[in-house]
Amino acid sequence: MLHFPKWKIVTVLFVLIVGTVLAIPSLLPRAALDALPDWLPKATVNLGLDLQGGSHLLLEVDMDTLIKLRLDSVLDETRTVLRKANIGYTDLVVSGGKVTLTLRDAGSVDSAREQLKSVASEGMEIVNDGPKLTIGFSESGLTQLKQRTVEQSIEVVRRRIDETGTREPTIIRQGEDRIVVQVPGVTDPEHLKKILRSEAVLTFQMVQGPGGVGPVPPTQVDLPEADSGQLLRVEKRPLVAGENLVDAQQSFEQSGLPVVSFKFDSLGARKFGDATLKNVGRRFAIVLDDKIISAPVIKDAILGGSGIISGNFTVESARDLALLLRAGALPAPLTVIEERSVGADLGADSIEAGKRACIIAIVGIVVAMILLYGIFGVFANVALIFNGILTLGALSALGATLTLPGIAGIVLTLGMAVDANVLILERVKEEVRNGRSAITAMEFGYREALATIIDAHVTTLISTLLLFMFGTGPIKGFAVTLTIGIIISLFTALLVTQLMTSFWLRRTRPKVLPL
Amino acid sequence: MWKPIHLVRPNTRIDFMRWHRFAFVLAVIMTLGSIGLLGFKGLNFGIDFAGGILMEVRAPQPPDLGDMRERLSGLGVGEVSLQSFGDPNTVLIRLPQQAGGEQAQQTAISKVRAALGDGWDYRRTETVGPKVGSELVKNAIIAAGLAMAGIFTYVWVRYAWQFGVNALLAMIHDVVTTLGLFSLLGLQFDLATVAAILTVAGYSVNDKVVVFDRIRFEMRRYKTMPMGDVINLSVNETLSRTTVTAGLTLISVIALFLFGGEVLHGFAIALIWGITIGTYSSICIAAAGLLNLRHSKIRGDDQSAKESGKGAARGA
Repeated sequence: MLHFPKWKIVTVLFVLIVGTVLAIPSLLPRAALDALPDWLPKATVNLGLDLQGGSHLLLEVDMDTLIKLRLDSVLDETRTVLRKANIGYTDLVVSGGKVTLTLRDAGSVDSAREQLKSVASEGMEIVNDGPKLTIGFSESGLTQLKQRTVEQSIEVVRRRIDETGTREPTIIRQGEDRIVVQVPGVTDPEHLKKILRSEAVLTFQMVQGPGGVGPVPPTQVDLPEADSGQLLRVEKRPLVAGENLVDAQQSFEQSGLPVVSFKFDSLGARKFGDATLKNVGRRFAIVLDDKIISAPVIKDAILGGSGIISGNFTVESARDLALLLRAGALPAPLTVIEERSVGADLGADSIEAGKRACIIAIVGIVVAMILLYGIFGVFANVALIFNGILTLGALSALGATLTLPGIAGIVLTLGMAVDANVLILERVKEEVRNGRSAITAMEFGYREALATIIDAHVTTLISTLLLFMFGTGPIKGFAVTLTIGIIISLFTALLVTQLMTSFWLRRTRPKVLPL
Repeated sequence: MWKPIHLVRPNTRIDFMRWHRFAFVLAVIMTLGSIGLLGFKGLNFGIDFAGGILMEVRAPQPPDLGDMRERLSGLGVGEVSLQSFGDPNTVLIRLPQQAGGEQAQQTAISKVRAALGDGWDYRRTETVGPKVGSELVKNAIIAAGLAMAGIFTYVWVRYAWQFGVNALLAMIHDVVTTLGLFSLLGLQFDLATVAAILTVAGYSVNDKVVVFDRIRFEMRRYKTMPMGDVINLSVNETLSRTTVTAGLTLISVIALFLFGGEVLHGFAIALIWGITIGTYSSICIAAAGLLNLRHSKIRGDDQSAKESGKGAARGA
C-alpha cells in the first residue's frame, strides 16, 4: 500500500492528463475553444439531435415496388420477344415474385430460353419445368439487387441533401434496406421529406393521342397530366431518360414564368435530336414520376442538346425539380417510417436540465461521501470528478454522440462510480474494527473488495452492453455513457484513490485510520 | 478532520432471517399483483412501441386544454390525447397511427398545425410507423431476455447455481414490480423506460453479488455455522455498504427526477423504484433464498478466506 511502483504512478498520471486534455474542449465555451493553440485537441463531444435540435428520418427503400416494376417490364418484353420469334405460349403472368408462362409446344423450350436470355436482366434466372417457364431473380441476384439499390439510394439521398445546402448531414445505412438521415438544425423537415420522397424519374415520351378511350395497346400507357389530371396516351418506350441529363437549373422563360432548363449529355443530345427531327409537328410528353408535367408540340428538331421544361411552376417548385434532376433519380421509392424532430430550444433546455441534475447529484454525493468517510471521502470525490472528466474525454475521443438519455447515464454513473470506494471503505472500516493497524486495514480493504467490485461491475456491464447492441438512437447513447463511465470508474475508484491514499499514508503515518 | 458518521451502527446484528417468510410472501404478493395489473390494465405504451404521432407544442400563454381538445378532435385524425407537459404553457399532443401510409401521417400533422393556428412553438414532432414499433418491441424483449440470461450465467459460473437462481428470481421480482408500478400509475412506457428497466436489472444483480460474495466468504470461514446465521451475519456486515450505495445512487436519480426535465421523468421513476426494491430484494429474496444451501456446495477454500479467518480470530 505504501509502496506504489513508479511506473504505476506515471501511468495513472498519464491517463489522467490525457483524459483531461481530451475533455477540455467540451467544457470550454466556443470562443475560448477557438483561442486555443492548434496543437491541442479540439474535438468536442458530439451532441445528439435531441440536444442540439434537428431531424432524424428513417427511410425504407421500397424493394417490393422495385421488384414488381422490374417483373412487369420483363413480362412486357417476354411478350414482345416470343411473338417476334413466333413461339406460342399461354398463362403469361407475374405471380409469386416471378414471371411464369407455359409454352404451347414443349419442343420449343430451348429456343424460348435462347430468346429470353436477353430479357432476363442481371441477377435473374430462367428455370423450366417441362413446358412451364419461370423468369425471376435468383437468391443471390436479389441480394445483389437490394445491396445495389440501397447503395444507389444513399448516393442519391446524399446528393439531394447536399444540393439543398444542409450542413453536416449524417446519412447511413441501417440494416438491410433502411437509410438513416440526420440533419442537425433542420427542425421542420417538411421540405426535406418532399425532396427525398420524389423518385425524380424523368422521361420524354411520344404522345399518341388522348387517353382513357378504347383498349390501351400493350406498348402504350395512359398517364395523367400533373395539373389537370387529364389522361394522355403515350408510348411506353421513352425517347430519352433523365439519366442522360448533365445539368438542370431553374430559370425564366421570356414571359417571365419560372422554368427548368436542362442539358443532355452527348448520347442524350443525339437521341433527342433524332427523335425530334423525325417527329416535327407531333407532341411529346415530359414525364416526371408517371405524371406529365407538360406535353409540348415539337416545332423544330432540337439538336443542341438543351431545352427547357415549362409547366405550372413556382420559382420554388422549379428550383426543387432542377435540384432533383441534378441529383439523379432514386432507383426505388423511399418511405419515411420513423421521424423525430426536435427544436433547438427544447435541445438547449434539455442540456440545461441535464447539467443541473448532474451538478446537484455531484454536490449531494460529494457532501455525503465526506460526511461518511472523511478524508477518504475527499479522495473518492476527487476520483469521482476525474471519472466525469475522463468520461467526457473518452466520448470526444471516440466520437460518440451524447444524447439526453446519455446525460442520464452520466448522472447514474456518478452514483455507481463511488460504489467501488464505498465497498473498499466499508471493508476497511470493518478491518479497523477487527483491530488491524491503519496500513494493513487499508491494504486488506482494497484487496478484499477487488473481487466483489469486479463481479459487481461485470453484471452491470452485461446489461449495458446488451442495451448498446439492441438499443437504437437515444438508448444507445445511454448505454454508451453508462458503459464508458463504469469502465472508467474501475480505474478512478481503484487506482486513483489508491494513489492518493498511499501518499497520504506515507506522509501522515497514522496509527489509527480516521474512519 | 471530524469523525465520519456511520449510517449503520457498527456491529449491527439485525435478525433478518426471522422475517424471511413474511418478506417472501410479500414479494410473491407484489409480483403476482404486478402480473395481474399488467394483464388487466396493461402498460401505457408510448409511440415508440404503439406507433403514432407525438407533438410537443408551447404557447406564449397557458393554453386552454378543453378548447384545444375541441378543435383537434374535429379533425378526423382519431382520438387526440392532450397532456400538460412540465410547465403550463407546454402541451403534449398524441395522435394514433393514421391509416393510409406515410402521407397520412404528414397530413395529420399539417391538420393539427392548421387547427392550432399561429403563435405556437413546435418543440418536438415524432412519428413512428407500425413496422418500426414492432421491431423496437422485439429488440427490447431480446435485450431484456439476453441480459437476464447473461447475468444468471455469470452468477452461476462465479458462485453456484443456487446463487444464480436466487439472483434471477430476485431480478425478475424487481423488473416485474417496476413494470407493475408503471401499469399502476399509468406512466408512459417507451424506449427510455426499457433502458431504465435493464439498468434496474443490472443494479439489482450488482447489489446481490455483493451480498453473495460475503455469504460465500463467511461460509468458507465458518464451516459449521447454521446457514441462517451465516446469511444474517453477511447481510449485516454488508448492510452499511448496501444502504450507502443505494443512498448515493438514489441521490443521483432523484436529482434526475427533480431537475432532469420532463422527458426523463418516467426513466427516473423506474430507477428510483428499482433501486429501492432492488435493495429490499437483495436481503429478503436473494439472501434468504440461500437458507437451504449446504456448505459443501461451496467449492474449496481460497487463500484470502483462510488468511482473513485467522486474522479475524486474532483480532477478536
